[in-house]
Amino acid sequence: MQASLSSRPNIACRSQFAAGAAATSKRSRCSSVVVAGLATEKDNPFAEELKANAKHISRRGRGILASDESNATTGKRLETIGVDNTEDNRRDWRQLLYTAPDLGNYISGAIMFEETLYQKSREGVQFVDLLKEQGILPGIKVDTGLQVLPGTDGETTTQGLDNLGARCEAYYKQGARFAKWRAVLKISEGEGPSSQAILENAHGLARYAQIAQQNGLVPIVEPEVTLGPGAYSIEETAYWSERVYSHVMRLLNEYDVLLEGILLKPNMCLPGLDAPSASPAEVAKYTVRTMMRTIPPSVPGIHFLSGGMSEEESTLNLQALQDACPNSPWSLTFSYGRALQSATLKTWQGKEENWGKAQAILTALAKANSEAQLGQYKGPHPAPGGGRILQALRFGGAGK
Amino acid sequence: MSTLSARPTSAVSRSRRTTVTVQAAAYNGSYAEELVATANKIASPGKGILAMDESNATCGKRLESIGLENTVENRQAYRELLVTTPGLGQYISGAILFEETLYQDTRKGTSMVAELNKSGLVPGIKVDKGLHPFANTNGESWCAGLDGLAQRCADYYKQGARFAKWRSVVSIPAGPTSIAVRDCAYGLARYAAIAQNAGLVPIVEPEILLDGEHDIDRTLEVAEMTWAETFKYLADNNVLFEGILLKPSMVTPGAEHPKRSTPEEVASYTLKMLRRRVPPAVPGIMFLSGGQSELESTLNLNAMNQSPNPWHVSFSYARALQNTVLKTWKGEEANVQIAQESLLKRAKANSDAQLGKYDASGESADAAKGMFEKGYTY
Repeated sequence: MQASLSSRPNIACRSQFAAGAAATSKRSRCSSVVVAGLATEKDNPFAEELKANAKHISRRGRGILASDESNATTGKRLETIGVDNTEDNRRDWRQLLYTAPDLGNYISGAIMFEETLYQKSREGVQFVDLLKEQGILPGIKVDTGLQVLPGTDGETTTQGLDNLGARCEAYYKQGARFAKWRAVLKISEGEGPSSQAILENAHGLARYAQIAQQNGLVPIVEPEVTLGPGAYSIEETAYWSERVYSHVMRLLNEYDVLLEGILLKPNMCLPGLDAPSASPAEVAKYTVRTMMRTIPPSVPGIHFLSGGMSEEESTLNLQALQDACPNSPWSLTFSYGRALQSATLKTWQGKEENWGKAQAILTALAKANSEAQLGQYKGPHPAPGGGRILQALRFGGAGK
Repeated sequence: MSTLSARPTSAVSRSRRTTVTVQAAAYNGSYAEELVATANKIASPGKGILAMDESNATCGKRLESIGLENTVENRQAYRELLVTTPGLGQYISGAILFEETLYQDTRKGTSMVAELNKSGLVPGIKVDKGLHPFANTNGESWCAGLDGLAQRCADYYKQGARFAKWRSVVSIPAGPTSIAVRDCAYGLARYAAIAQNAGLVPIVEPEILLDGEHDIDRTLEVAEMTWAETFKYLADNNVLFEGILLKPSMVTPGAEHPKRSTPEEVASYTLKMLRRRVPPAVPGIMFLSGGQSELESTLNLNAMNQSPNPWHVSFSYARALQNTVLKTWKGEEANVQIAQESLLKRAKANSDAQLGKYDASGESADAAKGMFEKGYTY
């Protein structure tokens, strides 16, 4: 099924959609009777496009390149190779990624930060067009960062609902076809996330997903149960992940999100940082079991984040997932940031002469993960033997 | 699909004031492996469930319809006919019983449970205490039965039951109100947790009643909400999904809606609903027939099995298996064999439908007769 990068449906469709909204909302004023909302399959003019794009991004042998680091975070990355955090340098870095030869054979979508969505290459070509040439759908991070929940032990909520509809509409116009919003839940020292944190983050994700779909963007729903300190077991991670995902799925229903038109971006199940690390087979066993228990088959793609895993670990674990679940109803694939970018960045060093080599590493990493998605990865790994790639949670709004 | 691990020692639920240790796992007690094995045995290819758990009052209505008195002997004779049908185990993997039948013997002195086990059918037991009017709703019902349930389940397990069933209902003409949907889900979840702890595989049945003039889209809407709520409460109650079975109603228009739906349309809507709401860890989905004719029930099931599904999609039929049997038997000893043959015929038809290879030629006109009763109570 061909991904559609068509222009927006015309204005008539939108007002018909709005009229439908008014009619249904009258009905919902009758007491506590169960009704559906506005973004159901029949009422949303973007419905077919959302389903087609979600299917296209999650097709076998493909995954997502997560390159949506905020300017501040990108600055931290560039700092590690001695490059200044300027707009031009950020542009160069992303251009390196998006023009890597043959990247589109393995990558179906690239998530961008807002600045990048509107950026052009050195030669003046819009990044969205460069990606289109590669057959890669542009995505956009739409949340505006984490905030600490008062009264909790450093737990967070994710911000970004204000004005989200208008922003999504503008991003769609610019060429984005999917969106991403990252919610973070913490396990640490064996304590699971509080119910306040779970409810708050599930709510944010569901509302975001609903708004994104209303505006033609496939929402990546990312409830990250983040890797943290402590010697807690992989079973505990699995349990808390189940709790979180079941709340998320319940609210996605409550807010009438079309499941065939979303993608999920969960964590793999790993033990705590101070516990002995788990083998790929063990990670796969618990991760698959968690997905089987919580994610209905109509979600076309589950794109795991690499959060904390080394590059090689990310690939080996992805391969193990296919071994553990050969007939999975959803695609078990990847949306990797650090696991695709770390070695690439190190190879580039900000130097023009390393440009080609760095691109080659990126494509090789993408290829390895594509093979792993198909259950066909054999090695050797393009970036072997790395340790955990961790970063502290950053707070505050976007652009800081 | 048994991927059970050792129970994690503890998980601490976050609180500023106190530290409380809570169970951090879906049910993982001594019956866990057995529950998964039983669920998978019932949900095996080409097999489904014979629902024969009519209460004494309802069974009386059935007997009445063929001119028989509602006595314990007549109920015994009828149930004996069903459970001793030779070869039934080829197509039926489990039978749901009413309490009286679970403790009953056949007239030759063997127990009903023993007869079922002999044929390879897993005995099941209805454990709810029926529907009651639900206060402050729109004339809706709630399902009672949690009080004393743990003890009842333990006793039933001792008597030989290995799965349980609890039927809650949702009414579209009445709303449904969100209070009613919530209670339906809540009751099912609490029952399921209790049943698993007593070694019984819970069949989870929130029946969306056929009554009403609504179209198939409205049924889909209500079914999606009901199952979303049900799975949420099941998860909250740490129910082991690998050890349950579902008993949904198919997604069809209301009985009084002017436009009928084809089996293909019913299949398409029903599968869409299942794909949106049922995690693949659930091994089996055993549809109720709820007033559809024998033929319709089989055709619809067949349409749902034309391509592979992530879960076993099958049947748990009462009226749609028993209707012709009753009419053939008429209470006469001389008709027992031919009545048993008609049960086998219906069971085989539905077994074929489960495998997606049902052929409707050779069905009688009787099989096509609808069995919808407005305001049916059970």
